[in-house]
Amino acid sequence: MTRVKTKYNRRDFIKSSAIAGGGLMLSFSWLASCKPEKIDILEMPDEWFELNGFLKVGNNGVVSIMSPNPEIGQNVKTSMPMIVAEELDVDWANVLVEQAPLNTDIFSRQLAGGSQSIRQGWDSLRMVGATARQMLKQAAADLWEVPLAEITTSNGVVMHEASGKKAGYGEMANAASQLDVPEEVELKEVKDFKIIGHSQKNVDGPDIVMGKPLFGLDVYREGMLVAMLIHPPAFGMRIKDLNANSAKSMPGIKDVYVMNAYPEDYIKQWSDITAFNEMVVIVGETTWQVMQAKKAVRVTWEEQGEFVDYFESGSSPDGKYPVTYPGALESTAAHKKDLASLGEKLAEEVRKDGDPEVAFRNADQIIERSYSAPFLAHNCMEPMNFFADVQDDYAELVGPIQTPEYMEKSASARLGLPLEKIDIKMTRMGGGFGRRLYGHFLVEAAAISQKMKSPVKLVYSREDDMTFGTYRPAYYATYRAALDENKQLIGFQVRAGGIPSGPLFANRFPAGAIDNYLAESWSVDSNVTTGAFRAPRSNFIAGAEQSFLDELAEAMGKDPFDLRLELLDRAKTDPVGKPEENDYDPERYAGVLQLAREKSGWDKPENSDKSRGVSAYYCHNSYVANVLDLVLEDGQARVDRVCCAVDCGIVVNPDAAVNMVEGGTVDGIGHAMYSGLSFREGKPDQKNFDTYRLIRHAEAPKSIDVHFVESEIKPTGLGEPPFPPIMGALANALYRLNGKRVYHQPFVSDGQILG
Amino acid sequence: MATVNIKVNGKQHSLEIDPSTPLLWVLRDHLNLVGAKYGCGIAMCGSCTVHVGDIAIRSCVMPVSQLGTQEVTTIEGLSEKGDHPVQKAWIEHDVPQCGYCQAGQIMNAAALLKSNPNPSDEDIESAMHGNICRCGTYTRIKAAIKTASK
Repeated sequence: MTRVKTKYNRRDFIKSSAIAGGGLMLSFSWLASCKPEKIDILEMPDEWFELNGFLKVGNNGVVSIMSPNPEIGQNVKTSMPMIVAEELDVDWANVLVEQAPLNTDIFSRQLAGGSQSIRQGWDSLRMVGATARQMLKQAAADLWEVPLAEITTSNGVVMHEASGKKAGYGEMANAASQLDVPEEVELKEVKDFKIIGHSQKNVDGPDIVMGKPLFGLDVYREGMLVAMLIHPPAFGMRIKDLNANSAKSMPGIKDVYVMNAYPEDYIKQWSDITAFNEMVVIVGETTWQVMQAKKAVRVTWEEQGEFVDYFESGSSPDGKYPVTYPGALESTAAHKKDLASLGEKLAEEVRKDGDPEVAFRNADQIIERSYSAPFLAHNCMEPMNFFADVQDDYAELVGPIQTPEYMEKSASARLGLPLEKIDIKMTRMGGGFGRRLYGHFLVEAAAISQKMKSPVKLVYSREDDMTFGTYRPAYYATYRAALDENKQLIGFQVRAGGIPSGPLFANRFPAGAIDNYLAESWSVDSNVTTGAFRAPRSNFIAGAEQSFLDELAEAMGKDPFDLRLELLDRAKTDPVGKPEENDYDPERYAGVLQLAREKSGWDKPENSDKSRGVSAYYCHNSYVANVLDLVLEDGQARVDRVCCAVDCGIVVNPDAAVNMVEGGTVDGIGHAMYSGLSFREGKPDQKNFDTYRLIRHAEAPKSIDVHFVESEIKPTGLGEPPFPPIMGALANALYRLNGKRVYHQPFVSDGQILG
Repeated sequence: MATVNIKVNGKQHSLEIDPSTPLLWVLRDHLNLVGAKYGCGIAMCGSCTVHVGDIAIRSCVMPVSQLGTQEVTTIEGLSEKGDHPVQKAWIEHDVPQCGYCQAGQIMNAAALLKSNPNPSDEDIESAMHGNICRCGTYTRIKAAIKTASK
């Protein structure tokens, strides 16, 4: 046991009774555990006793645990309560999970982003469980009049060994709920974990496979209206004139009007990004009626010209800073030209070690390669949507949102209601990938409901969703390496840029491993709206860097694993720059490379003829290495196997973690190979899945094996880290397969893919 | 507006609606069966897959008037307790991540197994080609279909 001080005061453990289990949000873990006989044993308790804001214990010993964070498919709704249950010391089969609403009094950082839910929740979730366990123990000690130190627990039972007394948590729950929160609690040792590190099924699994209403788009209320929007067809355009006469008279249509998502003088926060502020709203009774009316609305558009948005700023005197967007209607042809030509002129130094200029001047050989990738749309399978019921003094907002805490402020400002009158409920999300960090759709739904004086569900069509922006930026990077006459690496340069922002991480590997190092960043302004996309920046720069290292290893006559491991050894034993400047742990980085090398059988002679690509990357606090094998099938490159080695510290829910790595791998292969969004005169060329390519079944790897580094280090994230490096492994394997390097994503349009 | 009679999951419904309304929106907006999902509206993603007779169809592009007398089965009607072999295999392999596309994947897989009880890898890939999963659960879906085929 580890004794730790509890960080919480009574206020943090408000005995909230507002969240009595609504049937829709409840998930019994035993329903997912494939043990149907449990259903006969377990029943809902007659009475619940709240031990803190996160958990309550029923009089029959059933435990209900709140999952505080938004669930976007990253499994937090299962794995975060597992951490609480572990320290509470209960049988997971007796746990049911509830999705918590937004409540900043009880929960902290209710946000899905940056692969941080488990990492930042770890300590407090353990504390929540351990605190409740301590209170249950105290209740038993009081009742049995024995010292607290002599009370032990196991699987939801408190025991006093000397007297032979024991009782279920349910019997102690009432008394425990009357006690003060203890000042000090005991935490389990990692080796004693019974739930953490043992695969538990997705608590929503049964509801998902039975098609139960779990998602924002599934929300339905009596009398609810449906709203859709028409936004400008091109970035840089705005509404000139609206003719809605025929649409207004169509069956079921309640209104058609022009709306500003945010007021003109509104100062935006980071999660308020929206491409189009002024839009046409169509409101009606059913989705199909609104879709039909949408087609009948006649809008004429005009060029918007240069425009300015104001964002919150703590450092500027008036609390805001302007962002100016150019007015031109942009096209991919011009974007590509800019990306390929402006880097040298615009680049600004971000980090310099040694004297890279001299190294390159003295080089015997210079290798220079450039890489690029297009804008990407998130394409969550569930399009953007939100339900809003705004009344004079209260607003209920229900739907898929990664940033409820931030958007509560936006809704409050938009509606003119105080924060405490805004009630945000989080539904399970049909994908997030960063798109639902930007909750303009929540604000829009709220504004429409307020105007219509009716509950409203706002629905984006797929076309609305794909053409609305907050895309992954378009990126470009040039790598240069200087080799001496002995083919030793004496200088390294990365110059990375993008539209409208660049992908550089100046302090990541191989920074710290090379004496003469230069990292430069640049960007070109654009009115194409962009935002975070699964593993922002890493999702391009990892593939570019790891492709370049592969080419470098070849030029240096080294094995690709050996080159990386030698560089990491340098970074570990004799780091360039101050060690704290280098944003990675060389030992853990090398650890995943070594594990992938071993598990893939890299050094075995029978594998030497395979078309294999190596890659490794560190981002969002976790390390991932890949070996990807390609085969030729009917003249097409097919991924046969991917071997993934991962270091994310303690693995909370192993099978779900494997699922996440498999998914990130498939997603990464798909985006590198097939996906991209292009523009003509500001209009996206791709509006739906007939032209926007996402990876499909037959293009996924035939097998993926995932290996975790055994670790007792606190867990780090897994939603993002498996996604970036696989793009490099794919490019490097393609080279082994057909002898041609690919530099520009999507690789299928690089003209160098077989088939 | 017209009177449309349809049978869904064994239950007969008579609705006064625009007969051009796609089956998906009849299910979701009129019958409160939201298991079939809206993903693309043009039959390119498979999230809306339901059965008409024994055939898997994309309900987002099928006008309800075209059903005639054929019966519709949705994910809600695939089994009463979620114990269809495909649903059980989905749980066994813990397939879903976000879960949004999975009802469509399951309905497509169930129709595949009805017509081809022992599909090869190629059969599965070909039959499931129209169902997109952005989370990338394809390898698990294939494994689950193989389990369900046993």
